[in-house]
Amino acid sequence: MGLTMDEKLKPIVDALQQRFGAQASTFRGQTRLLLERENLVAATTALRDEFGFEMLTDLTAVDYWPQESPRFHAVYWFTSWQKGGLQISLRVPLDGEDASLPTLEGVYPNANWYERELWDMFGIHIEGHSDLRRILMPHDWVGHPLRKDYPLGYEEVQFSFNQEEIMVRKAHPQE
Amino acid sequence: MSDVTLTPVSMDEVKHLVSERAMQGETVLLNMGPQHPSTHGVLRLLLELDGETVVNCIPDIGFLHTGIEKNMEAKRYEQAEVMTDRLDYLNTMGNNLAYCMAVEKLVDLDVPPRAQAIRVVMVELQRIASHLVWLGTHALDLGAMTVFLYCFREREMILDIMEMISGQRMMTTYFRPGGLWRDVPVGFEEAVRQFLRIFPARIQQYEDLLTKNPIFIDRTRGIGVVSKEDALRWGLTGPPLRGSGVPYDIRKVRPYSGYEQYDFEVPTREEGDVYARYLVRIEEMRQSLRIIRQALDKMPYGPVRSNNRKFVPPPRSEIGHSMEALIHHFKLWTDGFPAPKESVFVSVESPRGELGVYLEGDGGNKPYRVHWRTPSFANLQTLPMLAKGHLVADLVGIIGSVDIVLGDVDR
Repeated sequence: MGLTMDEKLKPIVDALQQRFGAQASTFRGQTRLLLERENLVAATTALRDEFGFEMLTDLTAVDYWPQESPRFHAVYWFTSWQKGGLQISLRVPLDGEDASLPTLEGVYPNANWYERELWDMFGIHIEGHSDLRRILMPHDWVGHPLRKDYPLGYEEVQFSFNQEEIMVRKAHPQE
Repeated sequence: MSDVTLTPVSMDEVKHLVSERAMQGETVLLNMGPQHPSTHGVLRLLLELDGETVVNCIPDIGFLHTGIEKNMEAKRYEQAEVMTDRLDYLNTMGNNLAYCMAVEKLVDLDVPPRAQAIRVVMVELQRIASHLVWLGTHALDLGAMTVFLYCFREREMILDIMEMISGQRMMTTYFRPGGLWRDVPVGFEEAVRQFLRIFPARIQQYEDLLTKNPIFIDRTRGIGVVSKEDALRWGLTGPPLRGSGVPYDIRKVRPYSGYEQYDFEVPTREEGDVYARYLVRIEEMRQSLRIIRQALDKMPYGPVRSNNRKFVPPPRSEIGHSMEALIHHFKLWTDGFPAPKESVFVSVESPRGELGVYLEGDGGNKPYRVHWRTPSFANLQTLPMLAKGHLVADLVGIIGSVDIVLGDVDR
């Protein structure tokens, strides 16, 4: 554990830095590459075909609201079984007004559900997705729950002096 | 109060997922679940059927969504752990382990060797318990009632051990960042050894009932086949991946908690069908026994929680006479501990596959973002591929063989 990168990752990171202008950082031995969204599909195709990362292990996002640019980071984790469980992460920064990503379904078919979850939970639009419906929330839900500006939904405590006032603004599932 | 209106799902929303024949009424659309015993929880499958053959299968999940990821953002690191038990309720120790390992990695906290050995024993016992529930319900789905009763008899022994060490049968929260809640009580080792003595013969009993049973083989062999390439492409992990011939086990490829010290094999099969996944899991139970035996034999003495007082509260006995201990105790239970503004991804081998935790801190005492990469979610996604062309009755066996827990899928 430390700030050093896995040696087997070094040539892969160098290649991605050169070709796609990715920025690498390492924390506790885990390497993340910051990448522009335009290069995402090309970079993941290279990861799969040239560097042997045959599995998309995880795909999620982080919301940095109220920061608007970038507001989101989409976080991808890839695993290579051939290279002894080697893992690498890609992070794609996204702006608040223009939160959309190209789909990875063509490269890794299991991106399908993960991308639906991104849309459902963060409202990140996936371009070219074959089945972009909500996945965890009910189909008629309004809002994207894992955004930081979405309230957690604790109830305010009502007392006799503010009973009516709170009743008016009380959150309920339709909001 | 406003009234909540429910809008039904219109046919247009799923039109692109079914074949043209469904639109012309040649095939039947049928709901299986969400209340159906053989979907192992609240899973709804929209089936397009041609007679009894599955043409398309569209899983609909989210009925058990509890917003655990969102809730964890509002809790301190040590408080959030309680919710991890509720994700995959058949693998509570494994969820605790994944979460604790993520916190430990994020703040760079050490775990004493004794705590690691006890963690391994408990996680392997939990793996056996989980496989027993799977085996019982899977056999029950296919019509073998007896196995279910036997499996739950043995599972009860494991739950008794869990109750003995943590006071809870299922929602244990026994592992804590930096070690364990407390050391195991007297009688723990004897109870586990008793289980080790009894269990090998019991595995043989289940095998006698199923492995060469012609009905069971008819119902499982050649059903739900997934090739090695497809399994990797679709990101399958755990027994479904190993049942297709890929020996990928995180305990071997990225050992954690001292798994590198133990001698065990990763069972694989080449066939990739329901029967192969059954054989892999049966063999995994035997390997788990081997690991438990070695961990018990080599169990070191010593503390079970890290001595780093910035993250781990001091023992009660110290508070009476040490000012620093009192300050640390007060600070940790009122304010928690801060974690750096960084992110880690930690994965462990759960009974169902790769269980990953993505944990991001923001310098404060609460996680900024927690994401659970749950094996059930990833594996369930392949169900339409596995089910295509099989009979509805076989679909039940296929769902069972993927071994999903809906709490794990919906989070």
